[in-house]
Amino acid sequence: MKRVIRASIFFVGLVLAWQALYLTHFWSPVLVPSPLSVIQYLVGAATDGTLGAAIVVTLRRLLYGYAFGIAIGLPVGFLTAHFRVLKDTIGLLALGLQTLPSVCWVPLALLWFGQTESAMFFVVVMGTIWSVIIATEDGVRNLPPIYARAAHTMGSHGLHTWTRVILPAALPYIVGGMKQGWAFAWRSLMAAEIYVTILSGFGLGFLLNNGRELNAMDEVIGIMLVLLLIGVLADKIIFAPWERMLRRRWGTAK
Amino acid sequence: MTVTAELQNEVPAKLSVQSVSKSFRTKDGAVQALDRVSLDVAEGEFVCLLGPSGCGKSTLLNIIAGLESADQGQVIGDGGPITAPGRDRMMMFQESALFPWLNVRKNVLFGLKLKPGLRRKERINVADFYLKLVGLEKFQRSFVHELSGGMKQRVALARALAPNPRVLLMDEPFAALDALTREQLYGDLQRIWQERKKTIVFVTHNVREAVCLGDRVVLFSAHPGRIREEFRIDLPRPRDINSVELARHATAIMASLKGHAPETAAVSE
Repeated sequence: MKRVIRASIFFVGLVLAWQALYLTHFWSPVLVPSPLSVIQYLVGAATDGTLGAAIVVTLRRLLYGYAFGIAIGLPVGFLTAHFRVLKDTIGLLALGLQTLPSVCWVPLALLWFGQTESAMFFVVVMGTIWSVIIATEDGVRNLPPIYARAAHTMGSHGLHTWTRVILPAALPYIVGGMKQGWAFAWRSLMAAEIYVTILSGFGLGFLLNNGRELNAMDEVIGIMLVLLLIGVLADKIIFAPWERMLRRRWGTAK
Repeated sequence: MTVTAELQNEVPAKLSVQSVSKSFRTKDGAVQALDRVSLDVAEGEFVCLLGPSGCGKSTLLNIIAGLESADQGQVIGDGGPITAPGRDRMMMFQESALFPWLNVRKNVLFGLKLKPGLRRKERINVADFYLKLVGLEKFQRSFVHELSGGMKQRVALARALAPNPRVLLMDEPFAALDALTREQLYGDLQRIWQERKKTIVFVTHNVREAVCLGDRVVLFSAHPGRIREEFRIDLPRPRDINSVELARHATAIMASLKGHAPETAAVSE
């Protein structure tokens, strides 16, 4: 409770400081709008449905691509960890492509797929998959071999060992990789949405760029706040419970 | 299968190691870990393999477990030559090798779930029985990192006992524990061995530990790994590691060790 109060005071103070800056009229109100006008924009966009629709479009793109990236990345990571020949080929490729900022996939995706949902999907998958492959491979390779040996003496082998021993044992690494993949995918999707308009769905990136084109700073700041909130919520809802579970079981204090 | 049937003991097994050889390739060339080692373990016997590090005693244990294969020779278990791990032979390691993502009870259940013919409720009853046997019934829901080193090895013991194997293979299971905890576990292990009538092959480099636990102490020498000598220990049980009688046996074995090659100096009393 004390932490909630402390955080509330901090953020209320931040908004008050913003309001004070606005009232000095040192900058043009076109560049620094009042907190109230940003809230008015958000309420308006929420009531006429554009905001909700944009959130749905963006999150749908993100989740589809992310889920696909994990579904492919996990098994590929297991395979590259298991077969040296795959580590030397696909593993190396993944390492190289992971160092590539995932935004760099956007031009290629647009040329390959045009201004379509497929291009967005592709960009998100490319943001996710390499991090997941590398983290999974790292996790599996760093496991103490004693786990698998102990499991074998108890009659576990093959797929059972992989799903019941190696996967859970590598989970701390895998969750780390999934988190990084999420961050990369989220950033590259925003870049793609700002960069190009896709008529089949107007995401948050489109609204952000739209605000710039209309010189509507309230819209720009409003959408940025929404993006920020989604980022925080994703961390709290998707990853924090996993990390809590890992800390509790492994006893690692982070 | 009922819990009563599951908890019932079968006749203990007998192992026969027949002229087993095994060498490893290292950067410094081939190392002969085992050289034509032969050893018979009787039903219900407690055999300690004693020797310096690198004498191949752990390798032999791994071969008996079916985790490694011999270059030459074979190990005969109940059902013929051993080629793979089996539920009739459970292994305990120096590190507990417990799974941190499972709580204590689920660790014990891991091997039971792989044993066919048991229902969920029965498995839980069996797991609880063994956790009680090692004195940890109050820690079923704890996670591994919450346990002390001695408690971890108790859970590992319960996990190894749970599928009701006839042979228990123990690879320096107490080496990383403090002396006090170790002494408690010597008592517990002797009690459990007598109660559950297991055949135990126990690897150690500690002479007193070997004398305290074993019916027979088999002395290994290194490079190449061979059986040097065997000692029968006829002391009454339960044995106290600090007893004078036990120390006398240990001293005799120690003297025999020192009479051999200098590499045996790595053995601790």
